[in-house]
Parts: sequence; structure tokens; C-alpha cells
Amino acid sequence: MSEVTENAGRLDAVAPAIELIGISKAFGPVQANKDISMTVAKGAIHGIVGENGAGKSTLMSILYGFYKADKGSVKIDGAPTVISDSHDAIAAGIGMVHQHFMLVENFTVLENVILGAEDGATLGSSRRRARKELKELADEYELDVNPDAVIEDISVGFQQRVEILKALYRQAEILILDEPTGVLTPDEADHLFRILRNLKEQGKTIVIITHKLREIMDVTDSVSVMRRGEMTKTIATATTSPEDLAEAMVGRRVLLEVDKKPAVVGETVMEVRDLSVTDIHGVKKLKHVSLELKRGEILGIAGVAGNGQSELLEVISGIGAATSGEVLMHGESIDVSKHANAQLRRHRGISHVPEDRHQRGLVMPFMTWENTAFGYHNEPEYSGKFGLANQKYMLEDARGKMERFDIRPVIPTLVAHHFSGGNQQKIVLAREIERNPDVLLIGQPTRGVDIGAIEFIHQQIVNLRDAGKAILLVSVELDEIQALSDRILVMFDGVIQGERMPEDTNEGELGLLMAGVDPEAQS
Amino acid sequence: MNKNLPKWVDLGLIPLLTLFLAFAVSGLVVMSIGQNPIEVVRVMIQGAFNPFGIGHTLYFTTNFIFTGLAVAVAFHARLFNIGGEGQAGIAGVGVTLIMLSVDWPHWTVALVAGTVAAMAFGAAWAAIPAYLQAKRGSHIVITTIMFNLIATAVVGYLLVGPLQAEGSLPESPKFPDGAALPTLHDILGVVGIEFDRFAPVNISFFLALIAALLVWILIWKTRLGYEMRAFGHSERAAVYAGISPMKITMVAMLISGALSGMMAVNTVQGEAERLVLGAVEGAGFIGIAVALMGRSHPVGVLLAAFLFGILTQGGAELQFTLGIPAQMITVIQALIIMFTGSLENMVRIPLEKIFLNTGKRGQA
Repeated sequence: MSEVTENAGRLDAVAPAIELIGISKAFGPVQANKDISMTVAKGAIHGIVGENGAGKSTLMSILYGFYKADKGSVKIDGAPTVISDSHDAIAAGIGMVHQHFMLVENFTVLENVILGAEDGATLGSSRRRARKELKELADEYELDVNPDAVIEDISVGFQQRVEILKALYRQAEILILDEPTGVLTPDEADHLFRILRNLKEQGKTIVIITHKLREIMDVTDSVSVMRRGEMTKTIATATTSPEDLAEAMVGRRVLLEVDKKPAVVGETVMEVRDLSVTDIHGVKKLKHVSLELKRGEILGIAGVAGNGQSELLEVISGIGAATSGEVLMHGESIDVSKHANAQLRRHRGISHVPEDRHQRGLVMPFMTWENTAFGYHNEPEYSGKFGLANQKYMLEDARGKMERFDIRPVIPTLVAHHFSGGNQQKIVLAREIERNPDVLLIGQPTRGVDIGAIEFIHQQIVNLRDAGKAILLVSVELDEIQALSDRILVMFDGVIQGERMPEDTNEGELGLLMAGVDPEAQS
Repeated sequence: MNKNLPKWVDLGLIPLLTLFLAFAVSGLVVMSIGQNPIEVVRVMIQGAFNPFGIGHTLYFTTNFIFTGLAVAVAFHARLFNIGGEGQAGIAGVGVTLIMLSVDWPHWTVALVAGTVAAMAFGAAWAAIPAYLQAKRGSHIVITTIMFNLIATAVVGYLLVGPLQAEGSLPESPKFPDGAALPTLHDILGVVGIEFDRFAPVNISFFLALIAALLVWILIWKTRLGYEMRAFGHSERAAVYAGISPMKITMVAMLISGALSGMMAVNTVQGEAERLVLGAVEGAGFIGIAVALMGRSHPVGVLLAAFLFGILTQGGAELQFTLGIPAQMITVIQALIIMFTGSLENMVRIPLEKIFLNTGKRGQA
């Protein structure tokens, strides 16, 4: 590339806000980014989609200076720019809102905004300046936050706004958002999109990384698809469809809808009565929750993360203790005290695919054959004499499970680390589903799982339902709840806010329930 | 990503390279006091392996196997048992009490009784910190260190008080003759092999080898070991699987304490045949280095224990032959502990770069 044409280009039209040229980055043997070029026009909202591990976050981390690219260059507003750390990025007018917020929990909004950008010997002048600017920004972009609120007291939606404010306060012209809606209610997500459109109107450039295709369709002007470290497609959003994007992400046609027959609901298997949980800090996580779970149904529990769903799963599965209330299985009370034994639960036909497979569902340094018996390792078929484990059987069993659940590569001695998110989740599912439990508790079944594997996992859950088993599904993905559930409960702040049948409700109504509003009471 | 290293690099090359670095730096230290490192190595090797020395080398090795295994077992459950020193010390009291209580008819009975007593007392001394950790969350590193100090004081008191023999020395009466364990000289004599008759190495050496085998079975073959490893990798996952953290913490520490305690069979019953002051001689701490270097694997522990056995005996020879102070050997041991324990990444990271980049073709 010659300098002359570059300079000429800059003089002519408006240069693109971001131009990545031939970016490559390898981590050891893994080529995370392969020769990626991407252009984002000034004042556009550009989406980047791709499965986990496709290289989206790596690419953005290079742009933000967290990683150094092995090859390639970056131009910002047409000018070649070297970004070797986040200071350079900020200086180049790039702001980033991370998936996990980088906020000091016990600082106020104002203190978080000025953190790292304070000047003068005392904070007084920075504070005054920030307060004034914050007010202007709030008016301009619908970004209202109380500058004196402490971060830990405000909702994640507001916390996210603080992150955006931080970037804008640092004069960001380009805003990168990594999976921004993962923790938001649909309503909060809509608000975020309004903010983003406002920003766009003011001439800001926005890059949004997500795996939710609907958001891409809703909010972006153009979209890039990444697959296995390569950029497979960049296209104007108006000229594509979710199906096409999914195909570009996975490399084959994907079924976005779940294929299922009407449920044949039987008698009640499990009953939860008046269950409450108070955590060690005295916070009530679960408040008098009651529900019934029937044979042959998938009962979906919708809600924003942290509204008591995790505690509900933990108590039923025997991991956590209830403060009061009871759980009945086939009419018999089960132990929900702190003496509850998760192995006994499994023995009684309650299997559990936990929300967090890395920390709970799998022992990551364990080999697959050790993981496929995990939690059931004291059951007779896995036990040998004298307290030994029946390793020969465990190996055979693992191989069978890997084949039946299409877990690749089929190497039972491979450590859990080495599998992709989807295959790891399939290891957990194979273990729990093949026990043929009466009740399957399943939390976030497809979190961090590739689209291709989602299809398979959903099908397995539906098959188990069709076999007459009862399934309690907890997911923060409303799409997933709507697609799989035969009945939906919405949880908010430890309470069941409402019950709906999927065919009689819509996203808007569920979204309101998730935000703690009862639409019926309102109207 | 470190999980991608080939096994022979992880378990072979890295320990060897760190060891080499430790020796290289030790060589510089030796030179700084005006000695020839080559000569020092020669004297050490000769001192550790000559017909007289080997009996001592193996005797020290036996101690380090026990204490190394003790630390290794606890490591698998992610418990850092620093208390080997105290557990072995208290186990010495247990051995002494039982040996002095009966006029032992035959060494076989005495060996069983001594072993049981050593294990029980060692485990009991580990049980209190374990319980405090499991129930109250008191950090086991802190409590076991404290318990080492308490154990030293307790043993010291007993040896100038209730357990003191006639006379002024702070030591217990000698055990009855029936309690004496066969030495390697006695054992090899049966099959007609000559061995130094004054060497302290005794039947406990074989006890240590058996213990290593049993630890291997425990960790890798039993359901209990499986639960311990699961707990060690992730407590949250263990709880999910219905494994009680309380139970694992207790059991792992009891086993660990029992293994540390078994060292007393070697030193108190096998060698001294009485309880003397400072019978443990820092072997509890060397066990930590042995377990670190042996990567908590019984085979690694055996090899590392042997290495430290050589260093201990060879070091004594250095002092004797070249007049190099005993502290010198402590410096070398400290360097080895430092390189294998905390500076391992200095070797590991460059090796990862080499092996992970050249290994590209094979990776998915």
C-alpha cells in the first residue's frame, strides 16, 4: 500500500472510522484471527457476530490494545494508528464497554467516571467538571444516572450506562460493546438500543459484539460474521436475514426454531412449597416460591440473572439449603436443609445440569471418563471393590456417551479443558440425561455454546420431555425459554412474578414481568 | 495453556532443568567461598554412595518419602499441610509411649504397633487444624505452622519431664530390645548380601515404598482419591457432585498426618530406639520441597526424596571432608526448593513457547 493513495483517500471523502487491515493473531497453536480486514463507516452501528471462539473478542481486544496483533495494521479515521495499550485506544477516541463491567463497586458513579482521568492534586476540580459533563451527556443521550449513587446499589442496566458514560467522558468517538445485552431485561436492552441510536445520530461510531442475531437485525447498519478466526462475510444488515447470518456463522443451514410436538402432560412429579432462601449476608434470595412440575412438560423459568433462579436450582438439587419451605418428590419430602446430599438427590432421580459448567458441572482438569461419572461415581456400576473405582467401566461408559452425544473428538482420556464450550456442555448433558432421571434441572443449557450445538442440546431436552420426564429449565435467554417451554414462570427479586403459557404471551409481556411489573395489574 | 505440554517435558525436562539451574547457582555459591564446585560434587556423590554413606542416604530418603507423601496427599485436595514437622514429632511421642508400655516379644508385633501408634498420633495432631479449617475456615497453613511450634514445645516438655530417662539428658528411656527393628544389614544378611552393619537404614524403608504404592492407589484408583482430586480442583464442582468439603478436608489431613507420623517409625523406633530432642530434624519441611519437586506424584516423591537424601548425606560428608559448613548444604537445599517450587515458571514459560509453537501441526 502506498502512502500517496492513503493520504489522497483521506482528503477526498470521509475516511472510515475504523479500518483493520490484514490482522492476524495466534495464541500458541490457535490462530484466533486470520488475516482479517474490516471497515466501519463513520457514524454507523456495526455488528460482529460469530460463535464462541470465532475470534470476535480477540479482534476487538486488538483494537483496544489488550493484545498485540502478530500482523496487520489499524487506521482510525484514515490515519494509521498504533494501539499498544488502552491509553493509546482512549487517545485515539476508542471506548470499550466490556461484557463484565470494569467498575469499582463501592465507588459512586461520579468517582467511577473520573477514575483514571482525574487531574489536579485533589479531586475537587475533576469532580465538579465531571458532574457538569455528566449532566450534559445525560440530557443529550438519554443516559440518566444519579452521579452520587454507589455502583453496587444500582441495577446492571444502570451500571452499563455508567460504562458508556465513562467512555464518552473520555471523548470516545468509537464505542465498542461486548455482548451488551447479556445481563439486561428486554426493556433495558431496548433502552440501550435507543441510547446507541442517539449516539449514532451525534456522529459516534459503534461496534457491537453479540451472538443474538435478532439484536443485530434490530440495531445495526452493517454486520460482519466471523467463523474460526476468519471474517466470512460483511454485509449491510438490511440485505440479510437471521437464517443467512446463522448459516455464515456455522457453515451450514441451522434450525433456529425448536421442532417439538405438543406436550403430553402427566401427573405432578415434584412440588415446591413456600420455599425461601436467605443468604449469609441476610439477603432474601428466594421468597416463598411454590411451583409444581409435571411429567412430560418443560417448565421454563425466565428472569434476569440474579433474581433467585440459581438459588431455586441449588436448593432442589441439594447444593444449597433452604431457610424455610419444602420440596416434595413423588409426594415425599426431600431434605432441603444444609445436610442435603446431592448424591442422594441423583439417586432419587433428580439430575442437574448446572448453570456454570466450568465451576460446577465439570472438573476442568479431569479427563472425560472422570467427568462422565462425576456425581454418580458412588453408584454401583461405577464402583469397584474396596473403595476402588471401576475405571474400565467408566472408560467404556464415557466412550459410549461421547458417541451418542456426538462429543468430538471421541477420546475419553482427553481433559475437559480441551473441548469446545458446546462439547463440554454435551459431556454434562450426556451424564445427566443418560441417567434417565424423573426430573431434570437444567440451568442455562446453551450459555457459551455454538449455534450448531444449541440445536442438538435443545433436541435432547425435548426428547427427554417426550419420554415423559419432567424438566425444569432456567435460562436468561428469553428466546430459549419461549422456544422450549410448555409453561413459563417469570421470576423477579426472588418471587414468581407470573405464569404464562408460551402461546398466550409475547416478549413484551414477559419482559415487563422480568422487570417486576405486572402487566395485568397495570391495565 | 500449560496443559498442552507433552508429559515428558512436564514431568521430566522441567524438573531436570530447574534442578540444573539450582546446581549451577549453587556452584557459584561454592566458588564464592573458595571451593571447587567439581570437587564438591565429587565429595558429595562419593559421600552419599560409598558403602557407609548409602545406608545414611537411604535412611534420610525414608524420612523424606513419608513427609513428601504426606504433603502430596494433602495437595491433591488443595490443602497445604505445613505441619509435617509437628505431626512427626508428636508421632514420636506416640511411638515412645507404646514402645515403653510393653515388653515386646518380637519385632514384627512391635513394628505393627509402632506404625499404628505413629499414624494415630500424627493423624490426631493433623486433625485439629483440619477441623478448624473445615468447620471454621481457619487457614490450614497458619494453623499447621502454629501446631509445629506447639508440638516442639510439647515434646521438649515431655523429654525434660514425664518421659525423661534417669540422668540429665533430655531423652526418653531406651526401648525394650524386642522393639528393635531389623536394619538393612539384617535384612540383606538373610539373602547373603553384605551391608554396613552400623547404617541406620531399616525396615521402615520398605514401609515407605509400600506407603508410596498405597498413596498411588489411593489418589488414582479409589473413589476417595477421585473425590479428593475433584475437591482439590474445584470446591464448587465437588459440592455439586455431592462431595462433602468437610469430609474431604478431614480425611485428606488425617491421611497426611498419618503419613508424616510414620516417619517416627524410622527415626524413633528404627534408629534412636528412644525419643530424643529434635528427632524430626526438619524433615517435615523438606517434605514440602519433595512434594513440590515430585509434583505430588508418588513416583516423583520417591525420586525427589532420594535426591534430598543424597544432599543431606552428601552435605554431611562435605562438612567432614572439606570443612564446608553445614549451612552450605542448607543453602543448596534452599536453592533447589526455590527453583523447583517458586521459580519453575522461569523454565516452564520458555519451554511452553518452544513446544507449543513447534507442536502446531498436531493440534486441532
